[in-house]
Amino acid sequence: MFVPSQKSPPDLKGFTLIMPVVAVGNVGQLAVDLIISTFNMDRVGHIHTDCLIPMAGSNPYSTGKEDADGVHTAAEVYISRGMKLAVLQIRSPVIQVQKTKKFRQVLVSWMKASGFSRTIVLSSSQAYQRDDRQLQGSPLRYLVTPSMLKLSEGALKELGWLEMEKVQAFPGVTDGNSEPRLYIPGGGITKGLYTDSCAEDLPLAVLLLFCSEGDNIPDAFTIINHLNSWLHLLDYPVSRFVKQHVFHKLVSAFVQFNIQEITPKCMLMVNMADSFL
Amino acid sequence: MATFFGEVLSVFSRAVEEDEEDEEGEEEEEEDRDILRALEDKRQVRVRWSSPLSPGGGDRPSRCPHLLLAVGHAASRFVSVYLLSRGHWDTVGQVCLWNERTVGSKEAACVLHRDKDNNVLVCPVDCFVAEDQLFQWTEQVMGCVDTTGLQVTVLSDCPAAEYRTAEPLGPAPVLRSLHTSSHKEAPCCPPVEQPNLVTGLPAAVLSFCQLHHISAVLYQCYSDERCPDSSSMEVFRPALTRLAKTLGLDLSPNVDQLRKYISQASVQSNLYI
Repeated sequence: MFVPSQKSPPDLKGFTLIMPVVAVGNVGQLAVDLIISTFNMDRVGHIHTDCLIPMAGSNPYSTGKEDADGVHTAAEVYISRGMKLAVLQIRSPVIQVQKTKKFRQVLVSWMKASGFSRTIVLSSSQAYQRDDRQLQGSPLRYLVTPSMLKLSEGALKELGWLEMEKVQAFPGVTDGNSEPRLYIPGGGITKGLYTDSCAEDLPLAVLLLFCSEGDNIPDAFTIINHLNSWLHLLDYPVSRFVKQHVFHKLVSAFVQFNIQEITPKCMLMVNMADSFL
Repeated sequence: MATFFGEVLSVFSRAVEEDEEDEEGEEEEEEDRDILRALEDKRQVRVRWSSPLSPGGGDRPSRCPHLLLAVGHAASRFVSVYLLSRGHWDTVGQVCLWNERTVGSKEAACVLHRDKDNNVLVCPVDCFVAEDQLFQWTEQVMGCVDTTGLQVTVLSDCPAAEYRTAEPLGPAPVLRSLHTSSHKEAPCCPPVEQPNLVTGLPAAVLSFCQLHHISAVLYQCYSDERCPDSSSMEVFRPALTRLAKTLGLDLSPNVDQLRKYISQASVQSNLYI
């Protein structure tokens, strides 16, 4: 359920929604943090659901004492009215007891009710589970629902992006009955959300990156620049735009959603960010 | 995964593998569904109010301007030793739940206490609340309380090793705070700094309060002590000074109870007897 921060709910009709999926390396969430902090977006509400593990923290995008107050939660919605852009940030994983399906339903019904013109999902998939075709070339892939294809067919053709390949259920075994299937290992609810959106005729695109757990900040820059080449949010690559404090906050925000796995990786990244600064 | 020192750690990914689940879901039999439904029902969090609750009757206690939750061993014992052992308190109800860590088939219960002047509702939570029960627990309890003008205070404790900061915290327990946008009073301690976060029941309650524009503040104690001792309980005292004044209590420990809790902890560590 969407709960607005102010008494009157924001009008999101015609906005483009960008959202991450909790997936390998947290690439989508890192990229979304980067968008929110770069465009200094305003928080307009929360997704209040029993599907996510609760978490709370102070403002990860705070630039001073005046905006440091208040509790920031597991799923929040930010907007930039001028850009007609809405961003959903998800900071904690889905509770795995039969909640993934429900969470997808919550998201799909909210997207439909809000009237977004299109939704772009940023996600990732396990690099080590690529098949032979996927090993060479770009690690980036996309998926679009039929209604999104109608909207952006020309733009996608011009970009020359690679569509996510369907793979055989049992590679190497020739079986006439087995249809190639969409397989996104480590991609969380990506596949389910895509399938649900196809069924609901929602204009939705998924941008995917093959990666592994580790220092995933470069992966976030890769996917955000990939997105930028389509949406033209900025006129230049994101990495050049990011100021030092924003980068630092990005790392802080990253650490926020590592709720189950308080990893040495986070500390490593904080240290790396410090040495970078 | 093997680490640099050779230990083998179990690694799980944060990403949810959904594929298998979906396939299983389609083949799920009626019997499985019944079992899952029964399990879900057993895991429901229920608030049971004692009767008679209030002079006016009804299914909820009369309005209390303060709600105090104490989550964890140190926080709940602090409330028992410093607050509930003083003055007159009525037991008005309990929050019952069952999960995988509940001993035996009997439900775990968090008792709700109310002071005689109906100023504050206190709930020490010493039992384990599972991830899927946190949301329910919060909705159930907050749904029973009149939230108009409500002030929520949450006390909680956490191992000091989990606090990430450039400067070491030191050997003594420390207190950090986090408050909702509606909370206007200055907290008595520094805030929980980035990149630290709050999880569990305190996070669920604070999130609920932030969303519903309720004034709420969390005081989290970071301590190295395995079992709560007098110093890790004492650290909460400044957090409740104002509330204690409202209630007319002096907020000093009940020595007998404190001794009882500390002696319980020392019995467990009998390695060198």
